[in-house]
Amino acid sequence: MADLRSTIAGIRSPNPFWLASAPPTDKAYNVVRAFKAGWGGVVWKTLGEDPPVVNVSSRYGAHLDTDRRMIGFNNIELISDRPLEVNLQEIIEVKRDWPDRAMVVSLMARIEEEAWANLARRIAETGAADGLELNLGCPHGMCERGMGSAIGQVPEMVEQVTRWVKNAVNLPVIVKLTPNITNILWSAEAARRGGADAVSLINTVNSIVAVDLDAMAPTPVVDGKGSHGGYCGPAVKPIALNMVAEIARNPDTRHLPVSGIGGVTTWRDAAEFLALGATNVQVCTAAMTYGFKIVEDMIGGLSNWMDEKGYRTLDELSGRAVRNVVNWNDLNMNFSTKAVIDPALCIDCGRCHIVCEDTSHQAIRIDQGEGRRVFTVVNEECVGCNLCSHVCPVPDCITMVPEQTDLPYVTWPNDARNPMRVPEAAE
Amino acid sequence: MTLIATLATTGDNSASPYTDLTPAMTPVQALAESNRCLFCYDAPCIKACPTGIDIPAFIRSIATGNLKGAATTILSENIMGGTCGRVCPTETLCEQSCVRNRAEDRPVAIGRLQRHATDRLIDGEPAHPFARAAATGKRVAVVGAGPAGLSCAHRLATLGHEVTVFEAKAKSGGLNEYGLAPYKMADDFAQREVAFILGVGGIVVEHGRRLGADLSLDSLRADFDAVFLGVGLGANNRLGIPGEERAGVEDATAFIERVRQALPGQPPTVGRSVVVIGGGNTAVDAAIQAKRLGAEDVTLVYRRGRAQMGATAWEQELAQTEGVVLKTFAAPKEIGETGITFERTRLSDGKLSGTGETFTLQADMVLKAVGQKLSAEALGGLEVTGGKIAVDGSYRTTLPEVWAGGDCVATGEDLTVQSVQDGKLAALAIHSHLTA
Repeated sequence: MADLRSTIAGIRSPNPFWLASAPPTDKAYNVVRAFKAGWGGVVWKTLGEDPPVVNVSSRYGAHLDTDRRMIGFNNIELISDRPLEVNLQEIIEVKRDWPDRAMVVSLMARIEEEAWANLARRIAETGAADGLELNLGCPHGMCERGMGSAIGQVPEMVEQVTRWVKNAVNLPVIVKLTPNITNILWSAEAARRGGADAVSLINTVNSIVAVDLDAMAPTPVVDGKGSHGGYCGPAVKPIALNMVAEIARNPDTRHLPVSGIGGVTTWRDAAEFLALGATNVQVCTAAMTYGFKIVEDMIGGLSNWMDEKGYRTLDELSGRAVRNVVNWNDLNMNFSTKAVIDPALCIDCGRCHIVCEDTSHQAIRIDQGEGRRVFTVVNEECVGCNLCSHVCPVPDCITMVPEQTDLPYVTWPNDARNPMRVPEAAE
Repeated sequence: MTLIATLATTGDNSASPYTDLTPAMTPVQALAESNRCLFCYDAPCIKACPTGIDIPAFIRSIATGNLKGAATTILSENIMGGTCGRVCPTETLCEQSCVRNRAEDRPVAIGRLQRHATDRLIDGEPAHPFARAAATGKRVAVVGAGPAGLSCAHRLATLGHEVTVFEAKAKSGGLNEYGLAPYKMADDFAQREVAFILGVGGIVVEHGRRLGADLSLDSLRADFDAVFLGVGLGANNRLGIPGEERAGVEDATAFIERVRQALPGQPPTVGRSVVVIGGGNTAVDAAIQAKRLGAEDVTLVYRRGRAQMGATAWEQELAQTEGVVLKTFAAPKEIGETGITFERTRLSDGKLSGTGETFTLQADMVLKAVGQKLSAEALGGLEVTGGKIAVDGSYRTTLPEVWAGGDCVATGEDLTVQSVQDGKLAALAIHSHLTA
């Protein structure tokens, strides 16, 4: 049985699955239910200075597939709309009852040192917080008031705020980064310079999730109008994975612990974040889609898979794929892989053929077999693009098989076909 | 044979023959099921449909919420898509070829989805989905307002021709109205569909007009630019055994027609012990109806085995689920006062022979479902081959200006869906001829 105990920035939790700062962590009732369900920790929904914000009615939008599966989710909710003291009291009570779970508290304030420092001290004084998470990413509402992503999009402000909070309290500080920037490294590096103990990412992606075609307004519709909101859920996982990997392989930030956030729905998603260098993961949309019980399979699935692969601890797993994340220019131009279709598994849907024929390389031939069609890859035309294997409805029916070759590993800068190539010095 | 009437439905078998056997899908069911379709390329289900409906396209339209588009896709190839969604033996057509069978052993429920889409349009859309082309000035006579005739008439009308349909019976619809089990066509669907089909305009139906009575092929040919015959199979095969004329012995088709045409609340009386002879879908329909009308014992007897039955495996299982006993390898020999005697049979090398051993089933009602045949008397001058009107690849008969389709020709199985296809293709052939 793999050891799933997790430590990030000195904060311990029995497993790497935390609930992200969001509606599920807004109050004691929800957080206690989460801990009963098995979640390793929470980041309490962002606290701000009193008086609390006021939220609008109608707050969430969804990007659904035709079968109503949640592809993506968005919200225009602001930070906690409850008085600071109420939240702090509940945090104290919950931590008292659940001492082994990570209790991280998210906070947000005006871009003034006293505002951040005072809020951080109020939280630290509870003695119940294991760490702080700075919300520098909320892309809707709060940013219009100069907070959230309005801070997170300016590296100098990220550094400044981080330093203010680090100077004010003696708690681990996690800086939550916004993806609504051109280069995640600028904000990650700024957080590190400010003294961050870890970064968490991604916060939500700025979005209009859908348009109500009757109301002719973006969803969620508030009295006939809509606003851009924060996008999350399965659809943003690829964006998050890339940003996590960028930080993990950047020399300046590679030692900065990362809490991975963005569309984590299954144990497999979590394993991917960990493989790209995350120390733990935070979850919101999956819980808001299915309830807290999903953590059971996240824990069990990750543990079983780690046992199968021989990883005894999360440390042994974390970052294992980072060395294989390279720039395009470092890929081997001599590598070749070809699709192979297993006729025994094929169900004769023809989708591999039509997508290749219509949109790619005309590399899948149809022959009439006995009572069914036989689909065969034309190796001369196949460029190994993978499209057919992705659209095939049957797992493992189409596999990509690398060609055996004696050719050396040659990157584009060294490829003879590159007109810009700088010839290597004669040996 | 004396009919010992059962007065009321008994025991567990209280399901009415007039309620839907397979209910309409709910929108949630349709959403889930439509999302199972893989949108196959050059899909096997399309090839398996006698009318060639673009099945993946209509199912995708259901999934995207474009129900009108889904119905239009279906009806553009099969104007009786509503009936076919209910009665097609999909288990041997589209659903048998669904690729979902291969890995999951469960096809997409194409028939039920088709009904879902077409019901919405037929019941809910005020405007007919098809518009008529500019008038051609040509007049076509269609004999028979069954699936072939109405399909042909509808296609001709959309192409701009004026159509007069001559129908012997009081209602249009043919077997949809008179020959299919009511639990497949609940809530007067046949008439609602007829009204929808005629809604395109340009079609007049004259009832009580029968070929050979007040109509002749010669006069039709003289009065119209073209004639289409969709006369179906008007006569029943006989058993040819002693006792066939006894009271209580009836053709299954006549029994089904009585059940279908009964006034609300006044279903026909059935016997206490009913024996149905035959192995096709008509036999199964009759047997299940007899059971649902209150018969205590219904036995379906077929002279060959289950594998040779015309009724599909699904229909056979349905009969058993409904409480019908299936008895095979027994040929009727004589109908007596209180029962019917069979001789056991055997099949060897495809040849059926009697074993000499007999048994008698008690019966107060015997329904014969041993096939139908063409009534050829009024078709003088037409070549008939193998019991069917001879046609060429364009549905043209041996008489000039006369086309034929449906069960009266030998194009495929005698199914509603095949008749619709015959009528459609014959209409296109007639159109080509009239506008050449």
